[in-house]
Amino acid sequence: MSSLHDMSVAELAAALKHREVSAVEAAQHFLARAKAADALGAFVALNEEATLTQARAADVRLAGGDSAPLLGVPMAHKDIFVTRDFPTTAGSKMLDGYRSPFDATVVARLADAGAVTLGKLNCDEFAMGSANENSAFRPVKNPWDVSRIPGGSSGGSAAAVAARLAPAATGTDTGGSIRQPASFCGITGIKPTYGRASRYGMVAFASSLDQAGPMARSAQDCALLLSAICGPDLDRDSTSLDMPAENYARSLDDKLDGLRIGLPKEFFGPGVAADVRAAVDAALKEYEKLGAKLVEISLPRTELSIPVYYIIAPAEASSNLSRFDGVKFGHRAKQYADLLDMYKKTRAEGFGDEVKRRIMIGTYVLSHGYYDAYYLQAQKIRRMVADDFQQAFTQCDVIAGPVAPSVAWKLGEHGSDPLADYLADIFTLPASLAGLPGMSVPAGFGDGGMPVGLQLVGNYFGEARLLNAAHRFQQATDWHARKPEGV
Amino acid sequence: MALTSQDIGRIANLARLELRPDESERMLTQLNGFFAIVEQMRAVDTQGIEPLSHPVSAIQDISLRLRDDAVRETDQRDANQRSAPAVERGLFLVPKVIE
Repeated sequence: MSSLHDMSVAELAAALKHREVSAVEAAQHFLARAKAADALGAFVALNEEATLTQARAADVRLAGGDSAPLLGVPMAHKDIFVTRDFPTTAGSKMLDGYRSPFDATVVARLADAGAVTLGKLNCDEFAMGSANENSAFRPVKNPWDVSRIPGGSSGGSAAAVAARLAPAATGTDTGGSIRQPASFCGITGIKPTYGRASRYGMVAFASSLDQAGPMARSAQDCALLLSAICGPDLDRDSTSLDMPAENYARSLDDKLDGLRIGLPKEFFGPGVAADVRAAVDAALKEYEKLGAKLVEISLPRTELSIPVYYIIAPAEASSNLSRFDGVKFGHRAKQYADLLDMYKKTRAEGFGDEVKRRIMIGTYVLSHGYYDAYYLQAQKIRRMVADDFQQAFTQCDVIAGPVAPSVAWKLGEHGSDPLADYLADIFTLPASLAGLPGMSVPAGFGDGGMPVGLQLVGNYFGEARLLNAAHRFQQATDWHARKPEGV
Repeated sequence: MALTSQDIGRIANLARLELRPDESERMLTQLNGFFAIVEQMRAVDTQGIEPLSHPVSAIQDISLRLRDDAVRETDQRDANQRSAPAVERGLFLVPKVIE
């Protein structure tokens, strides 16, 4: 039997089921790895007692012949999902010490499927960032090169999976926060169609964009996890879609003969670094060998997606974050003159720079006299972006391109220029605005030996097809199986 | 049209954020830098286009649901107030608002 941390989720689940390893042993193995790799900054909270209690309960279920698909499999959650057994901070000082009275639906669904929680993973504050440098606690380092960022906002999740501190993790994607860190850390991640995963218990950033999804090493593992995560939550999330859960692994092995892969010409322009372009081109050649046909398409509003997203997301964030007022939960300033002053000082102390910027942008674009010109205009262009995709999907079955214009950059490289991070989101934002499923698949390495991800975008509810395309690619290549030196 | 430092003060007040003078100044520069890239968006002709809020409504009718207004959970007040900064006898405490 290979080392526990080298096993896939599917292999671990099988070993647990056949009692080759107990859930407690698996949990202890990964907890020890997480503690030894603390310098990576991936975890923000462990609670060994809670983890082992969950593991013991899984062992009891295993002994009783329970056949839940993830029974005893350890995994970790992005610290944006509220959890009863662990603190939840959303990467913010505002929620330092906060303990939720309930579990997020995604966490509860994975627990029902048998998963054991190892701990909570670092992320950008309120999931706002592309480098994980906006965490109020500490930055996360990229396991492939610790002088580089892991991507964001699900940077802790990506780093933990890449460093094999957990076989899988949850992430959330608002404008690329699953796909981009997955790409930068050489792992596989998928964001489902908007409305497929419940947002209940996900600390809200931009409600019309936020979606949860799994991050793991292979498409096969992602399929297993996504099947547990997705499904209706009609009483608790007003945007949850009334569609039954599905088995996303059902067509993993389908042939790709005749699959039409659309290549948006806007994703292959001069803005893409040569090393990324080379890896993506080689991956597309591999797809041709697997029987797929490449078709040129156009997503003409790709560049416009940047301002549109960075109006809509901060607008919704400014509204969602108004709940942090120092009254019902979280931080409250120690000294203040009156109620208004208490609000202002509490929020000044509790929020970091990027969160304040987005609250300011959002407040401005929603304010009297500017709403139509900014917010409404952005929502109208959002529909045009979604329509562009529908036009494209008349010519192709899935869309492929780079996840990001470059490989992971150095910690601190973007300095205090928030625009540099915003512009680097260009290729993930369009699918986010349209609410389409998207994933990142390891496709090779670029400058500095850093991983490059291939982005695949499907039409609404096309997750199974995406995972099938990714799985076939992973059967033919071994990029997803590579691991950083020393891991 | 660039924002002024008065605008920053007005927005910060609406957002209930206290900004130090150096923070305000940096915010002004950064927000004006941001709104420069937003200009291209304002020029797009969107006449007759419906705004899109739930993205899946791009392909099918989506209406926001309301659940039945029925009591479903038992009293969780203690659990819900456990993370509150100041609580007394089940009430949230705030600074005095009425003289």
